[in-house]
Amino acid sequence: MSEEKQVGIVLVSHSGPVAEAVAELARGLAAGGATAPVAAAGGTSAGGLGTSTELIAEAARTVDRGVGIALLVDLGSAVLTVKSMLAEGGELPDGARLVDAPFVEGAVAALVTASAGGDLETVEAAATDAYGYRKA
Amino acid sequence: MLDTDFFRRWMAATAAVVAREADRLTELDAAIGDADHGSNMRRGFAAVNDVLEKEPPATPGAVLTLAGRHLISTVGGASGPLYGTLLRRTGKALGDAPEVTGEQLAEALGAGVSAVAQLGGAQAGDKTMLDALLPAVEVLGNSFEEARDAALAGALATVPLRARKGRASYLGERSIGHQDPGAASAALLVGALTEATEPGAGGSA
Repeated sequence: MSEEKQVGIVLVSHSGPVAEAVAELARGLAAGGATAPVAAAGGTSAGGLGTSTELIAEAARTVDRGVGIALLVDLGSAVLTVKSMLAEGGELPDGARLVDAPFVEGAVAALVTASAGGDLETVEAAATDAYGYRKA
Repeated sequence: MLDTDFFRRWMAATAAVVAREADRLTELDAAIGDADHGSNMRRGFAAVNDVLEKEPPATPGAVLTLAGRHLISTVGGASGPLYGTLLRRTGKALGDAPEVTGEQLAEALGAGVSAVAQLGGAQAGDKTMLDALLPAVEVLGNSFEEARDAALAGALATVPLRARKGRASYLGERSIGHQDPGAASAALLVGALTEATEPGAGGSA
């Protein structure tokens, strides 16, 4: 399995601190050394609650290794902004994809899988699979 | 025929009315949302106006696609991608024509509204901007005044509805009795068409 080019993960939240903390949590749980590239894009450019196309585009560029990017999103404008950026084309690198997954659990599953060298389909499947874990 | 200047006046008139009504939109949003709709819309359409003045597009379609792109990048809330998609898809549907008829605009706006419904996964009666836009598109081919009245009536008719989309949907029954802020701002956008027909209306054309 080639470890050289890993799928990138972008975490898009309505809140900057939430995106950063989930990225940190995923890095910590993926552990065991270097992980696949992961970047947080939370809140507006001004630091408020909301979503910023600039922050999302920049995060996607940062993690792009040319083999696909999984975008995980939380609420409202985070979902709609990423969808409309993908629909427009040209704003996100080729191979960027919105992944339907629970934000926190999906981020951990995606980063662990990407760090193990999984391709974009495998990363997406792992993240979406996190919906299946029942808590009660 | 509606030329490029008409569409710039439409955006200018929208920016003006959204700025005038920003406090009312935010109050509506405070009741069932997160109290930022007025300021978000004012910031978004002010940015649209700025860019249309700095880089005046050559066709009606280009005015709306540029406006849509800037709404998505400047609004910050869910109304950014929703209004951005509405204007961008409407602009794309208008193509490269230097002038369009009212019927062509009605048809293009219909395509824009469908794209909004698809993006948000909402339908008529969900207490969203669609409740103002859908009835407006139906009669837009007749006259802008009819469309304005239909959009206003549609926005007012959201008061007794229960929200099924967005943050307001978490309120369940408690969303009943409030006008949807997105429907209210959509009615302003449609109403601004009537002001765009007179050259000079809305200021900066």
